Parts: sequence; C-alpha cells; structure tokens
Amino acid sequence: MNIIVEDWGLIEYTQGFRRQRDLVEKVQMGAPDHLIFCEHPAVLTLGRMTNPASLLYQRHDIEERGVKITMVDRGGDVTLHAPGQLIIYPIFNLNNHGKDLKVYMEKLEEVAVDLLKNFGILAISISGQRGVFVGKDKIISIGVGVRKWVTYHGLGININTDLSLFNLIKPCGLNVRMTSMQKLKGHEVSMKEVKAKTIELFRNNF
Amino acid sequence: MTNIILPELGEGITKATIACWHAKLGESVVVGQEICEAVTDKASFVIEAPAAGKLGSILVDEGQEGSVGAVLGTIE
Repeated sequence: MNIIVEDWGLIEYTQGFRRQRDLVEKVQMGAPDHLIFCEHPAVLTLGRMTNPASLLYQRHDIEERGVKITMVDRGGDVTLHAPGQLIIYPIFNLNNHGKDLKVYMEKLEEVAVDLLKNFGILAISISGQRGVFVGKDKIISIGVGVRKWVTYHGLGININTDLSLFNLIKPCGLNVRMTSMQKLKGHEVSMKEVKAKTIELFRNNF
Repeated sequence: MTNIILPELGEGITKATIACWHAKLGESVVVGQEICEAVTDKASFVIEAPAAGKLGSILVDEGQEGSVGAVLGTIE
C-alpha cells in the first residue's frame, strides 16, 4: 500500500493537531494514507474524562517545570508528551483497510511490538488496556481517533524521554509506571533508526 | 425524526461508551457535523449527524454505554 511519510520535527501539540485534522480531511477526500512522525515540546493533554486526581501537582508547579497544560477535545484521561518521545500519527483511510477498528488496533499493536523486538526489547499488548508494555511498565501509549473511517492520533513511543516528567501525573488515570527504550537498553537510542524501522513495518503490515 | 445510531465498529466490538456529546439538546446541526464521540477500550470514534435539524433527544448520556445498533439520540 502506498504510504506517504512526513516528518514534522518538533511541533507544538495544538499545531500538530490542526495539521492532523487538515490531513484527515484530505485523506477523506481521496489522498493516500500518510504516516507522520513528530515530537512535541513537554505538554500534558487533558481529555474530557480527565480525573482531577490524575494531576499529582498544582497546575502552577507543573507549568514551572516547563510543561504546558492543554485541554483537548477527546475522551480519555491525561497524557504526557515530551521530546525524546516519538509520536507516530498514521492518517489512514480504513475504508481501504477493512473498516474494522479492532483489526486496525491489533495491527498497530503488532507493529509496535515488532518494532521493539527489532531493538531487542520484548514487549506485549494487554487485552483491555491501551498501549504496549514491557513487564508491567508501559513503553508505548496508543490513542486512536477515527473520523469518517479515517484515523488520527496514534502512538507515543518513549525512546529517550525524560521519564521523571511522568511523575507529574497518573498516566491515562492509571497507576502505571512508564519506561523507555533508553532505560531498557542503558543508552540513548537513535530516533532515526526507529523511524526507518517503523516505516518498513507499516509498509509491510498495511 | 432521524435516529443517531451507534455504527458497527469492527468484529467483536459490541459496545462503546459515549465519551462526549459535541452538540447540546435543541441545538441545530447539519448533516455530517460531528455530534458525539464513542470510545471502546482502545479507540475513539466520532459519530456524525445523519440528518439536518435539531438535536431532539439524547438517549445515551456521556459516560453511559451503548450497544452497536443502539439509538444514541434523535434529530428532529
């Protein structure tokens, strides 16, 4: 399947969201599937179902650490994005991929698990939970939205993320510990290599 | 009156929770307008207005679960 790859570099979350929405419209109108890479400056995104208890510090204290807080028009709880976390937004037209949300999610998780396997990390997806885990620690967050069967949002892979930022929140409202490829490997991991492998896996799986 | 239906989302997905209604009761909507958002355990799906008119009723509130094929609300 023809997939166009774009790398948006470091982009503010809200700006990235606007660009995603524009792209979703184009794909709805017949443009090819797109695979977007980017990173976001440190930001907490709060969904409509965010439990206030998921923020473990006062707003002011969080912003003092250089982390923005942004309300987003989605369900779900709080999520953290920061440099070193590779964001992957597949903008795919599921009308051409079987129109099945479950199959799409399973394929995403498969790509995520295979990706980590290529870097010597054994990860699993857990039934009923979003994301991919190494043992009990979450390494990849997954959050997908669909409009007219075109997908947006996607994966957040902690590659070289500053994991101490996750101490500000209960990620996704859960008492889950986050990990990163850097932590598991004991050294920084090349984002370029992760991107190259990701493109290969998406092209093989979709 | 037109029913707003929770569509088929995929094999084995029988239910979804309404995360939010983007339109308020009595508000005018146009065809294709994003009207509410359904979430499964793994993803969220935006449901659009199937007809133009006013949002006449909300039968599945925010936080409540609906079955695939269920009437979530109506447009009058």
